[in-house]
Formats: sequence, structure tokens, C-alpha cells
Amino acid sequence: MKKEEIPQDEGYFGHIAKEVKYAVDSEGKYITGQSTGWKVKEEANEVAWQAFETKINEAKQRVLNGEISPVYYWMEKRMMDLAIVAQYTGLWKWRVKRHFKPKVFEKLSEKRLQKYAEVFEVSIEELKKPF
Amino acid sequence: MSNIETSVSSFNHLQAAHCENGVTTALLGHYGIHKITEPLAFGMGSGLFYIQLPFMKVNGGPAISFRTMPGMIFKRTCKSLGVTVTRKKYSDHKKAKAELDERVLAGKPTACQVGVYYLTYFPKEYRFHFNAHNLIVVDKQGDNYIISDPVMENLVTLNSYELERVRFAKGAFAPRGQMYYPGENLHEPSDEQMKKGIIKGIKLNCRDMLDIPGYFAGTSGIAHTGRQIKKWKNRLGDDKSRMYLAQLVRMQEEIGTGGGGFRFIYGAFLQQSHQFLPVDELFDISNQFTAAGDKWRDAAVQASGIFKGRLGAQADYDDMGDRLIEISQLEEKAFRQLKTLIKKLK
Repeated sequence: MKKEEIPQDEGYFGHIAKEVKYAVDSEGKYITGQSTGWKVKEEANEVAWQAFETKINEAKQRVLNGEISPVYYWMEKRMMDLAIVAQYTGLWKWRVKRHFKPKVFEKLSEKRLQKYAEVFEVSIEELKKPF
Repeated sequence: MSNIETSVSSFNHLQAAHCENGVTTALLGHYGIHKITEPLAFGMGSGLFYIQLPFMKVNGGPAISFRTMPGMIFKRTCKSLGVTVTRKKYSDHKKAKAELDERVLAGKPTACQVGVYYLTYFPKEYRFHFNAHNLIVVDKQGDNYIISDPVMENLVTLNSYELERVRFAKGAFAPRGQMYYPGENLHEPSDEQMKKGIIKGIKLNCRDMLDIPGYFAGTSGIAHTGRQIKKWKNRLGDDKSRMYLAQLVRMQEEIGTGGGGFRFIYGAFLQQSHQFLPVDELFDISNQFTAAGDKWRDAAVQASGIFKGRLGAQADYDDMGDRLIEISQLEEKAFRQLKTLIKKLK
């Protein structure tokens, strides 16, 4: 990559900090320069976010249908998986999975709900009623 | 955020392409070694790699990495320079905080491995469950820690709750409160020592890229991914293939790589090595890595054509796969030449 080829497209990270890139100058010597973002990479990120969005919307629909509890929705919303939720809450995976059942979720203790709320960074109200 | 004042006034925040290179360079600099630059740390630490882990998925896509295991760059570079390294993990959150505070309040900047998911100063679009990020805790003022994060342009702050949260992030590569630091009052390495470290780093990198048995690591791993890509359209369907290609590009070009999947940083390393290892052939091999990095970037453009839906025929996947096979050959040639060169020197 030549110095003048360091991409200067709009990027999500570029709003916070420009990234350091390595490139060669006209004499072929390596220098560093800053980049605000690269369209190709930003588009790759969009594809990844769209995949997350699809999963979140599916989860939302399943909660609305009464098939699954809000714990499942928040797990998807926070881009977590069963293993990550289990580790953050300190519960076994099978227990978290049980809390996906709406009937089990309704009976959860205040303490348990508080733990989930903390992990998902929401209030207990939002945890119970995400939409 | 440049108005943050730190009592450890001698600490210079260093922005780098990659967090671990940056932490290594800045910490060694602070404790007395100034000959190390980001590319030298990366090369002495044998940072360049390629692997597509078999049977493993990350976010439902292929598990691909363009660099060596987290922690190795710091470890190897320090070892080559004869610098002792202390690395501690904790199960007790309070103890983790107390021991970090003790060092920081004594004016000793200390590195931590953290997860980025709860990292408050990162844009929300970048807060994935990624746990191999590195930063330096420089100072503590009241409840706030002054943080030198190598991918940021200036110092930032985290309060004690926020820092504890990222130090004890969960998931793959969970940092478990990890903190690490080099010894103090370090001596500037001699040029001979630098030369030896560079040779050692190159040797190990040649081994990693050329000699790992199997089909998934090193230059043969790149060709493996290339052959797989040609089968993706039929095997996975368009949607999943696009997601897979996007993941490849993210691993290659995301913050930290310096562009072109770390190949440009490696090119810079070979150029900078010349002052300690005056062999002109290094410039020629450096050019080959620059060319490889450019090919990686061209391949990313081709991939984006597919994942944005501008391209999508089998011929487009074949083209993408062939690009990686070509890169594999280029890098194999460059590493073989490097290996022969290093052998002659010893």
C-alpha cells in the first residue's frame, strides 16, 4: 500500500480515533499514516451486524409469540451466546436454558432477575418487557 | 481527551496499529528500552501468521487469524531482550484490583488484557465479545484510571467498576483479570542483542508459516481457505457464503492489523531490521510482503463485491479462491527466501 492509498472513507471507529496504517512512501520506505476507515471493511462490518440484526428480530418475534422468554431476546440483543450468559451469571448452561422457558422465567426470584439485568445492562422493567 | 493530566508525566502514550505491539513498545520504552518500535516488536515476537482453525466457528463464521496467539509477541520480544516478564491471573476481583492499584499508585504503568464488550470508550459498533485486547493502566486519580490504549489517539479513562468489568470479561480467551509488566530499570539492548533477537524472531516465523504439519496453518492454510471458498457457494448457499467472506475481510482489515492482514507491518519490520542486520536482500523480501499485503487488499475488494451482492456467480468465488492461492504461493516464496537468508547468517 502506498502512502496516498491509505483509505480515508467514513468509518465507525474513525469517529472515535483514526487507525494507524503502514504504507510505503515514494522512495519505498515504510511510514505510518492515519486512516479514518475503509469502505470495504465497513461493508464487511455491516454484513456482520445484519446477521446479528436478523437473529435479534427472530428472537423478538419468538418472545412476542410467547415461545421463549426475554432472557433469550436479551442474549441475542447483546450478541452473547449461551456460554457467555452462563459465565457472566455464574449459572450452569442448562439453568440459563431453562430460564428461556416463559413459564420458568415468570417465577424467577428478584435476585436472579437483578443478575440478568446487570449482565444485559438494563433495568428489571426492561428485562421483563423489552418492547 | 488530550487534557488528561497524569502524574506519571514521563509516560508517553503511543498510538500503534496493533494493541499488543503498542503495549510492548510503550512499556519497554517507559522502563528504559528505546530501540524497539512497533514493527520490531511484531517481528521479534514472530507476530505474522495465518490459520483457519478446523472444526471451529467464531460468530457462526470461519475462525481465521492473521497473527500469532495473544500474549506471544510481548513474551517473545521481552525474552529476546533478556527482560523478565511478570504475568498474573486472578480469580479474586478484589485482589486483582488491589495489586494493580499498588503498582499504578507507585508510578509503575502496567498492562492488562481486557474484553472490549464493556469497554465504554469504544464505539458501540465495535463492542463485540472479543477478549484479547490489551491496554496500559498508567495512573489512578480518585476512582478513575488513566488508560493508554494503543488503538486510541490519546489517553482515556475508566472508573474502577468499568475497569473491573473489562478485566473480568467472559467468553473465549477470558482475561481473568490478567495483568502483566516487564522488569524495571532496563538496559538498552546492544545492537548485537537486537540482531540476535531479530534472527530468532524471523526463524520462528518461518517455522510457523512453512513447517506446521497439516493443511490449516501457515502459507498452506491460506491456500486451504482459497480452495474452500470455491466450494462455499454450493455448500453453504449465498447468504452464509457472504457472511463467511465478510468475516475473512474483518479479520484481515480490522483495527489492529495495520492493513493487509499485518503483512505491511511485517514489511516494515524487515526494513527496520536492516540497521541491525545489514543485508540488502531484506529490502527485496520486504517488497514481497508489501506485494502480498496489496494482494490481500485486492482480494478484500473482490470479497466485498460478493458480500454486497454486486458479484455472486461461481466464477466470482473461483476468482476469490484463486487470489488466496496466489497469495499463498507469494508468501511461501518470500518465507523460503527469508529462511535461506537467515541460515546463511548463522
